[in-house]
Amino acid sequence: MTSKNKWLSSPYILWSVMFIIIPLGMIFYYGLTDKTGAFTLENITAIATAEHAKALWLSLLLSIISTVICFLLAYPLAMILSNMKVNQHSFIILIFILPMWMNFLLRTLAWQTLLEKNGVINSILNFLHLPGMNIINTPYAIILGMVYNFLPFMVLPLYNVLSKIDENVLDASRDLGAGSVHTFFRIILPLSIPGIISGITMVFVPALTTFVISTLLGGSKILLIGNVIEQEFTQASNWHLGSGLSIVLMIFIILNMIASAIFDKEGEGSML
Amino acid sequence: MKNKKCNMILAVFSLSLPAILTGCGSSQGGANGEVIVYNWGEYIDPDTIDMFEEETGIKVVYDEFETNEIMYPKVESGAASYDVVCPSDYMISKMIENDMLAPINFENIPNARKNINAQYFEQSKSFDPGNKYSIPYCWGTVGILYNKTMVEEPITSWAQLWDEKYSDNILMQDSVRDAFMVAEKMNGFSMNTVDPTELETAKNSLIEQKPLVQAYVIDQVRDKMIGGEAAIGVIYSGEAIYTQRENPDLEYVIPEEGTNVWIDSWVILKDAPNKENAEKFIDFMCRGDIALKNFEYITYSTPNDAARALIEDESIKNSSIAFPDLSQYNNLETYVYLGEDGDALYNNLWKEVKSN
Amino acid sequence: MKNTAKHIYTALIFLFLYAPIATLMVLSFNASKTRSKWGGFTINWYSRLFQNEEILEALGNTLLIAVVSAFVATIIGTIACVAMTGMKKRSRTILMGITNIPMLNAEIVTGISLMLLFISMGLRFGLGTILLSHITFNIPYVILSVMPRMKQLNPSTYEAALDLGASHVTAFFKVVFPDLLPGVLSGFLMAFTMSLDDFIITHFTKGAGVDTLSTKIYTEVKKGIKPEMYALSTLIFITVLILLLLVNMAPAKNKTPKNPKPL
Repeated sequence: MTSKNKWLSSPYILWSVMFIIIPLGMIFYYGLTDKTGAFTLENITAIATAEHAKALWLSLLLSIISTVICFLLAYPLAMILSNMKVNQHSFIILIFILPMWMNFLLRTLAWQTLLEKNGVINSILNFLHLPGMNIINTPYAIILGMVYNFLPFMVLPLYNVLSKIDENVLDASRDLGAGSVHTFFRIILPLSIPGIISGITMVFVPALTTFVISTLLGGSKILLIGNVIEQEFTQASNWHLGSGLSIVLMIFIILNMIASAIFDKEGEGSML
Repeated sequence: MKNKKCNMILAVFSLSLPAILTGCGSSQGGANGEVIVYNWGEYIDPDTIDMFEEETGIKVVYDEFETNEIMYPKVESGAASYDVVCPSDYMISKMIENDMLAPINFENIPNARKNINAQYFEQSKSFDPGNKYSIPYCWGTVGILYNKTMVEEPITSWAQLWDEKYSDNILMQDSVRDAFMVAEKMNGFSMNTVDPTELETAKNSLIEQKPLVQAYVIDQVRDKMIGGEAAIGVIYSGEAIYTQRENPDLEYVIPEEGTNVWIDSWVILKDAPNKENAEKFIDFMCRGDIALKNFEYITYSTPNDAARALIEDESIKNSSIAFPDLSQYNNLETYVYLGEDGDALYNNLWKEVKSN
Repeated sequence: MKNTAKHIYTALIFLFLYAPIATLMVLSFNASKTRSKWGGFTINWYSRLFQNEEILEALGNTLLIAVVSAFVATIIGTIACVAMTGMKKRSRTILMGITNIPMLNAEIVTGISLMLLFISMGLRFGLGTILLSHITFNIPYVILSVMPRMKQLNPSTYEAALDLGASHVTAFFKVVFPDLLPGVLSGFLMAFTMSLDDFIITHFTKGAGVDTLSTKIYTEVKKGIKPEMYALSTLIFITVLILLLLVNMAPAKNKTPKNPKPL
């Protein structure tokens, strides 16, 4: 099996080197040089300046909050769905992917229409003589946008692993006298850890680097690290600084690896 | 190629979306070659491109960009080879400085001198000395759009964007130069200043204003103002006519402290593969009837006298928004390229404002 | 009682997910061109849509890129997952780390780095370069969907099949693949959808005159989204929804039991 597998991995390794490693090398080259092409660490240490550090801190804060909310919303849902007598798993998966068939930008713009001062939600609240809601252009709207856009990425992996848990195992646990709370913490939760890790990665990472959501729903008043990088590339035309700051963001790949290594007790597939 | 594409899609998606069938209508390359145009998004009436192709037999490959800064690296890197580009004033001076543009042979573009009002060539000299490289396509001012029912007195000055009465009712532009322009003009500076103390003052003004600002936006000013989301917004004059049509309560004003007069112009790239076709394309766009069609489609002011003469609606023809008499205003300026250091200075200060 | 709570909870989440979709659908019938004003009911935008060649061509490009890139990414990604389980822990960790890079990097960085690569390779920018980029950022989604399934597999079933005389290929397709299928399927769908949705990477790797729906939408933002776009989105959405319902209601031939028992 092993010799065959070595051969099997070659297309992907080849692809990764060509389209991930080499382009990444170019980013490192830009990040570690200045405009004259001389080596410098300035673009990396630039993260310590007040504006950048604050942007990074805010990004971390908002994306962690969003990830936690996504997890808290998604786990019960994935459990409910995995217990439903639906014969076609792809049906449930599709329901969560379906919204993404409307363009990301259009969907986020739609939230603007919903949340604005004279927007749909406030019109309804107004009609019911309830106090209006004013969260557009605040961090709350950004969190809402992140949760909305990335929730499916949390639900799907969780649903995937939960629906795979053998019912016999749960029956056995009950037969042996475990309560539902006990069964959950001793059986279901540990078995779903690969899905949890996968879900957290898929939500946290895009939330950390987004700039579209903060621009559209945050009224551009809150500067996230994604906005800084985007501006360096598209407005300031300073690719060196943009690359340097992206290298800093890559530290989170490593953090991710460490986290999953800790959570993976069996020591297999440490990245998920 | 096109056919192959159709087949593949159809094979996989034969069940869904019969629309694809019509989407793969064949469009063969023109008999007289092609011209590759890179323009702002939604900045031309698509009919005029069809008309050009029909009349000249030249195929137009048309591509769009969203900001000057996104356009620049794509052109500079040669990732795609373009012939004609339509950048803004300060970007044109940057491109001239970096030797990316070809001098224009006006003999091959007779409509330019004939139809374009000379004052716009004059204005262009600030970024294209000698008028060698660019031909104005659209121009306009930046001003304040306000909702008459939501303000207590007429808006006349940039300073009113700092009035606490309008807290959470102000929309600012979300781009470095435009935001700083407002603060610089309010403080009586030039909008092309690189003086550190002046910039520091402008930055502090912007920070002071930030709590009052509802949102920093670019494209959304239109929709938000039409919907009555905010009382005052900084907007490009080209959008004003459209917004007024949708919401008659809106009023556009050029503030008394002066403002930015911007010009977007056609340029031909130095490495353009189809220079002759590029000249024909620009000449065609300078024709009165074509410029009129474009003006009616995009509602940005045209520098083309022949087009303006053809406008039937008198109220638009003499509109002070579309065609302001620039001699009535003081302190009008056009952006110039500030050099790499100047740009970096502005960007850093803007970051300080945004992260505050 | 408990079931009611479950249903309400599920319904609320769906409301949250689908409220913006409903908003966009309503906007596609709005006679006014701006999204912030209701100008009366019209189906005008739908007929205008079918006359708009640019949008239809962008739709064709979008679907072509999404199908091809998702398909290729699913194959490469699934093979990679199978291969990785047989690898030593260390090389697997490294490979998974690399896999995460396109997801973790700010999209704009991925886009620009690929643009730099294509320039240095002297490739002509066009559909091909977009495809290569989309496959690249799609693979991680496939791997992340397939990997959890892979890990829950019982390796002894595969070995049992081999012991019973099945070849590697047969054993894989008869024993391993059916268990992987939900993951592979969701990986494909995810890849397809991500490709459909991407703007930034496409923008930096596309050539002149090649547009996808999202690059079209982004350029339209400058002058306001054309209502035809809402109409098209509504049509795509409804089509997929109907297909989904048909597939689900049709007499199922190959229903997979909810909890397939190990052999």
